[in-house]
Amino acid sequence: MNANVKLQPASTEPVSIVRPSRAAALMQRSGRYAVQQLVPPLVILLVLGVIWEMLCSGADAALPPPSQVVAETWELIIDPFYDNGGNDVGLAWQLLASLQRVAVGYLLAVVAGVGLGVLIGQSDWAMRGLDPIFQVLRTVPPLAWLPLSLAGFQDSHPSALFVIFITAIWPIIINTAVGIRNIPQDYRNVAQVLQLNGFEYFKTIMLPAAAPYIFTGLRIGVGLSWLAIIAAEMLIGGVGIGFFIWDAWNASRISDIILALVYIGVVGFVLDRLVAFVGQRITRGIPAN
Amino acid sequence: MSYLSIEHLDKSFVRGNLASQVLKDINLNIAKGEFISIIGHSGCGKSTVLNIVAGLLDPSLGGVILDGKEVRGPGPDRSMVFQNHSLLPWLTVYENVEVAVNKLFKRSMNKRERRDWIEHNLALVNMSHALNKYPQEISGGMKQRVGIARALAMKPKVLLLDEPFGALDALTRAHLQDEVMKIQKDLGNTMMMITHDVDEAVLLSDRIVMMTNGPSATIGEILDVKLPRPRDRIALADDPEYNHYRRAVLSFLHERHRLH
Repeated sequence: MNANVKLQPASTEPVSIVRPSRAAALMQRSGRYAVQQLVPPLVILLVLGVIWEMLCSGADAALPPPSQVVAETWELIIDPFYDNGGNDVGLAWQLLASLQRVAVGYLLAVVAGVGLGVLIGQSDWAMRGLDPIFQVLRTVPPLAWLPLSLAGFQDSHPSALFVIFITAIWPIIINTAVGIRNIPQDYRNVAQVLQLNGFEYFKTIMLPAAAPYIFTGLRIGVGLSWLAIIAAEMLIGGVGIGFFIWDAWNASRISDIILALVYIGVVGFVLDRLVAFVGQRITRGIPAN
Repeated sequence: MSYLSIEHLDKSFVRGNLASQVLKDINLNIAKGEFISIIGHSGCGKSTVLNIVAGLLDPSLGGVILDGKEVRGPGPDRSMVFQNHSLLPWLTVYENVEVAVNKLFKRSMNKRERRDWIEHNLALVNMSHALNKYPQEISGGMKQRVGIARALAMKPKVLLLDEPFGALDALTRAHLQDEVMKIQKDLGNTMMMITHDVDEAVLLSDRIVMMTNGPSATIGEILDVKLPRPRDRIALADDPEYNHYRRAVLSFLHERHRLH
């Protein structure tokens, strides 16, 4: 490149040469980045698949090898949206049913959890009164709530929502409260000098200052709800990816179960990244102080 | 008739059944447009005085009267420049000032006037180039400039500066001191500054309030600095009068009231 510049007449602008080469360098760099990030997981996946295939290829293997899983579930993979009526619907519909439950239960948990978190973050009295109760209740496993909520609601649908709600709410409450307790005195002083009223303080100082913590809670919460819904649906039946797994087990369709597990993992991963992404956008990457 | 008066101020902090007196019988009268520095060793309670004037702390005894009214709680008539700038990191430079202006002048100014007022105050501290930057994208000195602009934009009766340049490097500090002097000359603000920097106190102040060491700290001496304004740090470096004031403060801090 240096040699090139030297050969050119003095009047030409060498800058014009630099521009495209910089864009090309950027392309090359992002291409290299993609290769660096994508190759290792693909290689590992391939190796694990081969090991699995070898382990389960024997005639007396209890579980099917990956080749057999793909062959047996091919119809489910290529047509996730079929609907034969009743419970015989495609995996996309099953996942959507589960996601819908999670969405409702989780959103209720977000509203109630942030509200309660603000309360115990702000008031020492509420903290002392509620915190011990929360600390005990949050250790109750999600499924342990199911019989009680079935008894209370007399219906499986609201019971499933309640299980999601009660699972997701604890990390949201606790992280919100910690975030609010950790608002630096400086910001409180600014609010005091400006004589911000309760709502103005909530909007301009409290929520943004606690946002990194709140989103930590929201992220843990969405992961837990996805864990809980699968388990709850296995018990209450009807529709949903959890029920699909239980149904497949009863019909000894092991390959279907494995496919469903893959879908559940991918959806859970996407949910987690989605909340993280929203949090990243809202807090603009400002770390918790 | 003084503009801001601090009268018989006592402050004790009570922890359990242990009370420790921090301030004892502080009396100070400040005229309108005056620049006062409070200097003293760490822990002598100088920040406590400022926080009581700001209303962020309540006095145990005595009180503060500003422009004929007793100070009760914090308010925008006593805006504060904090040592660590206290800008809200989720707001831009412009928005940090806007929060204050919108809260205080929502009724008295229309949208356009408010925008002009925000931009005017940021221009005063030479921050017009970074209106849309976030605090973490600008230097410490610039953050402190924005903190000063936010405090000025509140149109305070008295501007309280709590070691405003303490966290800055020496060059940036000198630069900002000059700008504060210029702003005070142009706007005639009453200012009260906490510092532990002797040169800063002599250069900026009309009077230097020197505090004794705690516990039960009080005002040891008040030094009138009669250097003509505008003051130029380079010319003053060799000025015998300047050095006399400097010596007076140093001898108070390091001979008569040294820390043991």
